[in-house]
Amino acid sequence: MKLLTHNMLTSHVKGVTNGYPLLIKATEVKVNEVEFNPQFVSRMIPKLEWSALIHAAEGLGYRQDLPSTPVSNYENNDDFLHKVHRVLLEVEVIEGTLQCPESGREFPITRGVPNMLLNEDES
Amino acid sequence: MAASCRRPEHMAPPEVFYNEEEAKKYSQNSRMIEIQTQMSERAVELLSLPEDQPCYLLDVGCGSGLSGDYLSEEGHYWVGVDISTAMLNVALDREVDGDLILGDMGQGMPFRPGTFDGCISISALQWLCNADKKTHSPPKRLYNFFSMLYSSLTRGARAVFQLYPENSEQLELITAQAMRAGFTGGMVVDYPNSSKAKKFFLCLFAGVSGVLPKGLGTETVDRNVSNQAQFTGQRSRFKNLKGKSLKKSKDWIKEKKERRRRQGKDVRADTKYTGRNRRPRF
Repeated sequence: MKLLTHNMLTSHVKGVTNGYPLLIKATEVKVNEVEFNPQFVSRMIPKLEWSALIHAAEGLGYRQDLPSTPVSNYENNDDFLHKVHRVLLEVEVIEGTLQCPESGREFPITRGVPNMLLNEDES
Repeated sequence: MAASCRRPEHMAPPEVFYNEEEAKKYSQNSRMIEIQTQMSERAVELLSLPEDQPCYLLDVGCGSGLSGDYLSEEGHYWVGVDISTAMLNVALDREVDGDLILGDMGQGMPFRPGTFDGCISISALQWLCNADKKTHSPPKRLYNFFSMLYSSLTRGARAVFQLYPENSEQLELITAQAMRAGFTGGMVVDYPNSSKAKKFFLCLFAGVSGVLPKGLGTETVDRNVSNQAQFTGQRSRFKNLKGKSLKKSKDWIKEKKERRRRQGKDVRADTKYTGRNRRPRF
C-alpha cells in the first residue's frame, strides 16, 4: 500500500464518525522505484491531508525533512516535488496493520494489500 | 431454481467463485484478456477525462488488474478494489502499477470525500444484485455503494460501469439506487441489435450533469424510429407487404447487409455492383 492510498483511506466501520487518519503499524516496508510525474504530484498536493501524510511518513522513517506545511509555489520546486513523489508513490507498506483511530478496529495488510472487509455486525 | 447456471452470480458468492482456478483464466486466456481490455478502453472513452492530464481513478472489481493495465498505459494512476483474494494475488504476481485493496463494494468505499477524478468498473456491478448472506439486502447494499462512491468522487467526475444485467428489473433497481444516491446519467448500450456484441454501460455523473454519450452502433436505429405511420399515396402490392423479400434478390442482400451493420459487424459498403445480376454467359 502506497502512502497516497493511505492518505485517502478512511475507516468505514458502523458508528464511526471520524475514522481518519488510520494508524499505520508496519512490520515490513519497501521502496519501489516509480517514474516521476511532476504534473500528477502537484495536482495531488492540494487534495492531500498534509499533516496525516507527514505523520505517516515519520512513523515509517521516510520523512526526509519535509516541512509541516506544504511550501508555497510548489509547482516549480522540483526538489520538493521529488521528495513528495518519493513519499507518496515509492514508499510501500508490505506487511502490518491499519488501525481505526476511533473504534480501534485493525485492518491487516498482507502482501501490500489492506483488508478492508467488515464483519456483518460492523457494516 | 429456474435460473440458468451460465451466470456466475448464480453459482457462488464472488469471493468463492473467483478462486485460484478461475483467477488463472484471467491471466492466461487470451480471449478473456482481449474482451476485458476492449471493455476497459470503451469505459475510459466514456469517462471522457481531460486530455494530457494524469488522473487518479478508482477501479471497482479490478480483479487481476487487466482494466488497470489499460489505465496505466494511458498515464493514469489508479486504486483497485476487489473482494477476491485469489484475483488480487494474480494482480500482485502480474506486478500491476496501481494500489490494491481487499474490500466489498456493498459495504461502501472507504475513501475521503473528493478523492477520485473518475471511477470505472468492468463486469462487477451485477454481483451486488445477489444476496449471498442472510444479512444481505441488494437494494441497501447498492445504495450504500453508490452513496459512498458519490462522496469519494470530485464534483463533475464520472463513473462508468460495464455490467451484464440479468433482466430489466435488475437494471431498474441499479439505476434507481444510483439516482437516489445523487448521481445523474443513465444507460449507454453499444450495438443494441446484436446479441453478442451488445454491451451495457451505466454512465453516472457526480455533481455537474453532462450529456449522455451515444452507444456504438445505434445511429442506424434512431433514424427509422418514429411513432407515427408514414403516409404514402403509393399503392403497394401484396408481395411487398408480406415481409421478407425474395431470397438472393437485390433487396434481400441489401436488407441482410443493413442488419449485419446494425449488429456492429464488418460489412462492405454498398456499391453499384451490390446484388447485380451476372452476365448470362456465366
